[in-house]
Amino acid sequence: MTDFRPEELLADVIMRLIGEVRHVAIGNASPIPATAALALRERGGGKPYVSLLGSRKHMFFTDGGRELFDCAGQGRIDVFFLSGGEIDGEGNINLVSIGDYAQPSVRFPGSFGSGYLYYVVPKVILFRLEHSRRTLVPKVSFISAPGGNAENVHRPGGPVALVTNRCLFSFDRPRKRFRLESVHPGHTVEDVIENTGFDFDRPGEVPVTPAPSADTLRLMREVVAPQLAEVYPQFAAKVFGVKLPAAS
Amino acid sequence: MPTIAPSVDEAIASIPDGAMLVVPRESSGVPMEATRALIRRGVKRLHLVALPTSSLQAEMLIGAGCVDTLETSAVSLGEFGLAPRFTAAILGKTIRMKDATCPALYAAMQAAEKGVPFMPLRGLIGSDILRHRPDWRVIDNPFGNDDPIVLLPAIKPDVALFHAGMADRAGNVFIGRDRELTTMAHAAARTIATVEKLYDGNLMDDPALSAGTVPGFYVDTVALAPRGAWPLPLLDHYPADGAHLAEYVKLAATPEGFARYLDQHVHAKQAA
Repeated sequence: MTDFRPEELLADVIMRLIGEVRHVAIGNASPIPATAALALRERGGGKPYVSLLGSRKHMFFTDGGRELFDCAGQGRIDVFFLSGGEIDGEGNINLVSIGDYAQPSVRFPGSFGSGYLYYVVPKVILFRLEHSRRTLVPKVSFISAPGGNAENVHRPGGPVALVTNRCLFSFDRPRKRFRLESVHPGHTVEDVIENTGFDFDRPGEVPVTPAPSADTLRLMREVVAPQLAEVYPQFAAKVFGVKLPAAS
Repeated sequence: MPTIAPSVDEAIASIPDGAMLVVPRESSGVPMEATRALIRRGVKRLHLVALPTSSLQAEMLIGAGCVDTLETSAVSLGEFGLAPRFTAAILGKTIRMKDATCPALYAAMQAAEKGVPFMPLRGLIGSDILRHRPDWRVIDNPFGNDDPIVLLPAIKPDVALFHAGMADRAGNVFIGRDRELTTMAHAAARTIATVEKLYDGNLMDDPALSAGTVPGFYVDTVALAPRGAWPLPLLDHYPADGAHLAEYVKLAATPEGFARYLDQHVHAKQAA
């Protein structure tokens, strides 16, 4: 078996989740989804379109930051990625704070675009590297964006999956429940149960997440890593050994 | 006519205490030299609107006690992690926070641009962002049938402040693709821009440049500030100074360390 890093495995999982689409957008603090989208575009000979926030080279928007949201509102973005300081079993995500909002015990950066993009992008892939009872909770303290809405609320989008350092869950929107799809090499179903704060469905036999192919690894390391360094220099250096820009 | 201020300190002198100040996200030209000048001057009680997020700029203004109200969607130092003085201010309740989501800020700014009182926006329903924003409303879409939608009141800043690549002596500012700077300039009563360099000639005479230019009509003051976004990046010009940001994060973990940082990198400049 080829040796691979955890980040490469997760990017490979995300590549499969993205599937055949026209336009993938990547927001703040999402280097692994960025790796996946750029690798997929490389493999697809330029398809899908990739919009990487904060990039000049991998971003076609010319109408300012609002174009991402206008584009999504029209249904022109097929896939987006969100995370959360907390994520609960109904797919609610919390990017704001823990405890009472007026007097929190922990504060995260804030909701970013989640209070909108979670509703309008058809395939939102959740990713949270730290898979623990601290992050995957029974109920979030603050709902930056809900996993679902009442029937009458305009909601063409929502979560389809949750990728963590331990496993891959799919999300059933009508039932508002996660289902364990595969467990990453080196982890077990028992680990996942032990470290998840919410109930989820699972098949009798849970498959092991397949390792990335040698070809995918080569793509990520040789072609994608230097592209990533524009927006994620620290990540590209740490994971792929890309040299940091010289201080000027 | 816009004025070309002789220094950044003079350019920001007209921003009053208590002003509603709008500033851009990290990738659109953050006026860090002007931010240091504001801190040196000791500006107070700002209502800071970060369109739609901020990093070191909001963090430092908050740490230095310049901010009363912060309206934004997130404050983070990106690859360098949480913004320590922002986090401390929220936990210590020393600032008033108006949490938003990115497109809500763009939409509310566009309402001001158009001179209309509000803009509708999809999303938000069922979120605690909406629940904690009594100034936002939900109505039933008057053109639909049982279709709730959120209305956001216009945000009308007193001053827009940003950093860009260049400006000419007529106060036209070249912003290239960063069109949200135009939105900010349209929405705000006054605009102050710092630039890397002055352009000889008139930016409006070249069609390739004029398409990416904020006309001097909307601009009040321009000041020269070479490397004016440092230590943040200015896209197309220079990357972030990662070593410096790493040093900042270490120092700003405590109020004392942050004060030391200000002494070294903000107040020391005055003597220089």
